[in-house]
Amino acid sequence: MSGETTRQELFQYVIRLGDNALINGQRLAEWCGRGPFVEEDIAMTNIALDLVGRARMLLTYAGEVEGAGRTEDDLAYFRNEREFRNFQIMELPVGDFAFTTARQFFVDAYDYFYYRALQHSVDSTLAGIAAKTLKECEYHLRHSAEWMLRLGDGTEQSHAKISTAVAELMPFTYELFDADGIDRAMQANQIGVDLNTVEALWNEKVNNVLDEATLERPELKYTRSGGRQGLHSEHIGYLLAEMQSLQRAMPGQDW
Amino acid sequence: MTDSTTLPEIFQGRIDSEEKIEPRDWMPDAYRKTLIRQISQHAHSEIVGQLPEGNWITRAPSLRRKAILLAKVQDEAGHGLYLYSAAETLGISREQMLEQLHSGKAKYSSIFNYPTLTWADIGAIGWLVDSAAIINQIPLCRCSYGPYARAMVRICKEESFHQRQGYELLMTLCQGSEEQKAMAQDAINRWWWPSVMMFGPGDANSTHSAQSMQWKIKRNSNDELRQKFVDQAVPQAEYLGLTLPDPDLKWNEARGHYDFGEIDWDEFYQVVGGNGPCNHERISARIKAHEDGAWVREAALAYADKQRQRARKAAA
Amino acid sequence: MPDKIGRLPLWEVFIRGKRGLDHKHAGSIHAADGEQALQYARDPYPRRNEGCSIWVVKSADIIASQFEDNDSLFDPAIDKMIYRHPTFYDVPEDLKL
Repeated sequence: MSGETTRQELFQYVIRLGDNALINGQRLAEWCGRGPFVEEDIAMTNIALDLVGRARMLLTYAGEVEGAGRTEDDLAYFRNEREFRNFQIMELPVGDFAFTTARQFFVDAYDYFYYRALQHSVDSTLAGIAAKTLKECEYHLRHSAEWMLRLGDGTEQSHAKISTAVAELMPFTYELFDADGIDRAMQANQIGVDLNTVEALWNEKVNNVLDEATLERPELKYTRSGGRQGLHSEHIGYLLAEMQSLQRAMPGQDW
Repeated sequence: MTDSTTLPEIFQGRIDSEEKIEPRDWMPDAYRKTLIRQISQHAHSEIVGQLPEGNWITRAPSLRRKAILLAKVQDEAGHGLYLYSAAETLGISREQMLEQLHSGKAKYSSIFNYPTLTWADIGAIGWLVDSAAIINQIPLCRCSYGPYARAMVRICKEESFHQRQGYELLMTLCQGSEEQKAMAQDAINRWWWPSVMMFGPGDANSTHSAQSMQWKIKRNSNDELRQKFVDQAVPQAEYLGLTLPDPDLKWNEARGHYDFGEIDWDEFYQVVGGNGPCNHERISARIKAHEDGAWVREAALAYADKQRQRARKAAA
Repeated sequence: MPDKIGRLPLWEVFIRGKRGLDHKHAGSIHAADGEQALQYARDPYPRRNEGCSIWVVKSADIIASQFEDNDSLFDPAIDKMIYRHPTFYDVPEDLKL
């Protein structure tokens, strides 16, 4: 493998992580000022802030790896739909509190096991980011897992709502473990993580929490995937149009 | 404490000697009511204030600005929480306060009934609105009611970055393109007068002032604080190269202060009375959040209840 | 039974700002249960500090002295207080004690 291929692959690998954090943070931030009560509003905003912070570190690093002088903002604001590499689950519209809870739970569990493994990356920058991120992930997972229990084992109404959300989101979790060549190459050179291990841990955690929450894990009748290759749901375009509007309207300025 | 000293005398004596009044102390009913009104109004302002700024979080033009804005709006929610918490020590529940906000019985700062139309509005709020808020809030750190004073100390400490981030945001725009500078000027044109109005009616027309001063809930008059705000803002605007939209604004050597034009009190009372450009939208958004959250709060309570019963059964 | 409109109970928050200090009352929050109260206390209250510990207690579980009790609770102690002041005791001024 030539140095240039590795660099391109590493860039792709890092940008996927960065985009996942950014798009998830962007969606979660929509709750700001609209939470079910002020304490939870603060908690959700806090998590969104962690995600944006994580995206900044990762996109900055992606720019460095690429070596073309692109900053975090160049990458966040001047790429198009097909260039974003986040999982589709991140870009789905914010939905109700049950939908947000289920999405965060699936993603938080993934991030927790993923970054726990990534701490041992031979890439010291990624290992450092992972170590810092892991502390947040632990808190995020605790927060969303507890809400899964409260909603699942709360009232009939909450049980129905969270069941619907789980059923809607489950097909999108397939993609989290749908490794491609870049994942395999990065795992082989010990920069990336072993997605099979992450998947096993994730399944165990998800099954335990669903079980305790008195929720069924739905059978997958269909799956969604493609974010890694920039193949998204129709929602991504609207999200980017909103997020990038000002930079696109007045490009080349300091803000 | 002799038997001849009455409760009101003990109360006022404490205030006169700069001792704090604490929740379980005897206090006149009107003191309690005034504080509940003022603290809950202040709390509601923080919570409603999340909306105009929150409006730009998803569109912040850099990731750094997005993170700053999230942190700031989160702070405001936290301040709302400190203040609700202080008000609750006076015997009113969070739920009652929210009902009063939603029914329109309780007020909040009118400034948040103006829309944030452009990104520069976020800078204008940080610079002007937060400056005005700080000027209003610093004397409240010495308020006679302990829990309110303590909440204000915490809030003032945390707010110090808010104003600076707003000013920095505007500075960046003013040093940028013509279009950016025009955006900044337009924002100042719209936010200046509402900010000047944030200090409330002039001293001659302020209904609660005298009593609040005697109780040391309030330490300075509205006009005094307003003057301080104007004096502070003029050189800051000059530094930015922005014009404050008041042709009567000029230095008065004799007074040692800036003179400024007549406030449009009609507009002030219109907005306070519910007819501002966003009053309806702000309250509707708060009611919607509260109502949409009802099932979530019920679920959390039901689950806590089940857990308690399980623990009891396990212990038995 | 849970409240129909979802009225969450009130909790008092106590924070140890750093090691070696007492827990100090920081304010209050609403939460459905203790675990949630701890999490919610963590967000706003110690936001700018580090290395702290948090206690939460249901506000309803706090037994507080009443203003009317002040005389009986605190006044008698004042008489005995004088014995506890170092200046109550006469010792030679040049003695280092």
